[in-house]
Amino acid sequence: MAEPWEDEEQGPVRKFMYVNRRAPYGTIYALESLEVVLIAAAFEQDVSLVFLDDGVFQLKKGQDTAAIGVKNFSPTYRALEGYDVEKLYVEQESLEARGLTADDLVVPVQVVNQKELGDLMAEQDVLLSF
Amino acid sequence: MKFGILVNEGPYQHQAADSALQFTKAALAKGHEIFRVFFYHDGVNNGTRFGVPPQDDRNITQQWSDLAAEHQLDLVVCIAAAQRRGILDENEAKRHGKDGNNLAPGFRISGLGQLIEAGIQADRMIVFGD
Repeated sequence: MAEPWEDEEQGPVRKFMYVNRRAPYGTIYALESLEVVLIAAAFEQDVSLVFLDDGVFQLKKGQDTAAIGVKNFSPTYRALEGYDVEKLYVEQESLEARGLTADDLVVPVQVVNQKELGDLMAEQDVLLSF
Repeated sequence: MKFGILVNEGPYQHQAADSALQFTKAALAKGHEIFRVFFYHDGVNNGTRFGVPPQDDRNITQQWSDLAAEHQLDLVVCIAAAQRRGILDENEAKRHGKDGNNLAPGFRISGLGQLIEAGIQADRMIVFGD
């Protein structure tokens, strides 16, 4: 039986949060997380992305991967808006610990502190951590 | 309770692979339902039947296959992650002109949409990763 908040035609909409905790290169987690987000966009769920710990480096401007022979996928984050993925949160403490500010990032983000991020996480239906 | 399981790490390399298997067994033993187990990142390596662990060690893939047969589990290996890492079923091997296939019984290869669907359908999505 459909719950009252569910649109019968579109099916249930759930709050999905993708938590990115790792540097963009060195491991494949960041790239494959982005692949999940792009596919997930087709499902018309309530999507948000979080960048914390070294994950904030995923959004750093001026990435140049030529010397390590790996594709620079940071421009893809700028395409997220076209997929209606517009809620991007970056943890303030992680930025500050790495000497970064929102101006250093390739996309506009909402900077939230640890407490605010915790509250946001508590609101989610599904948290996928990469 | 209906669980969705995401396995992000490879067998023997990382405890997460064992924990996912043990959690799934424990949940089934308690009468819970497993909507789907989705293998991503190096987690796709749990699905190769070509692994030959020492005889006095556990065989994680075999245990998944046995569990799938016993409980009609849906074990889904991400196609994009699998292709990168050389995990192929018969169709994929043919399609890419490879000389063999290695997907273990009880596993199937499909897309990331299966992960999102599990997130939508399951009461709880549990991530096993690093």
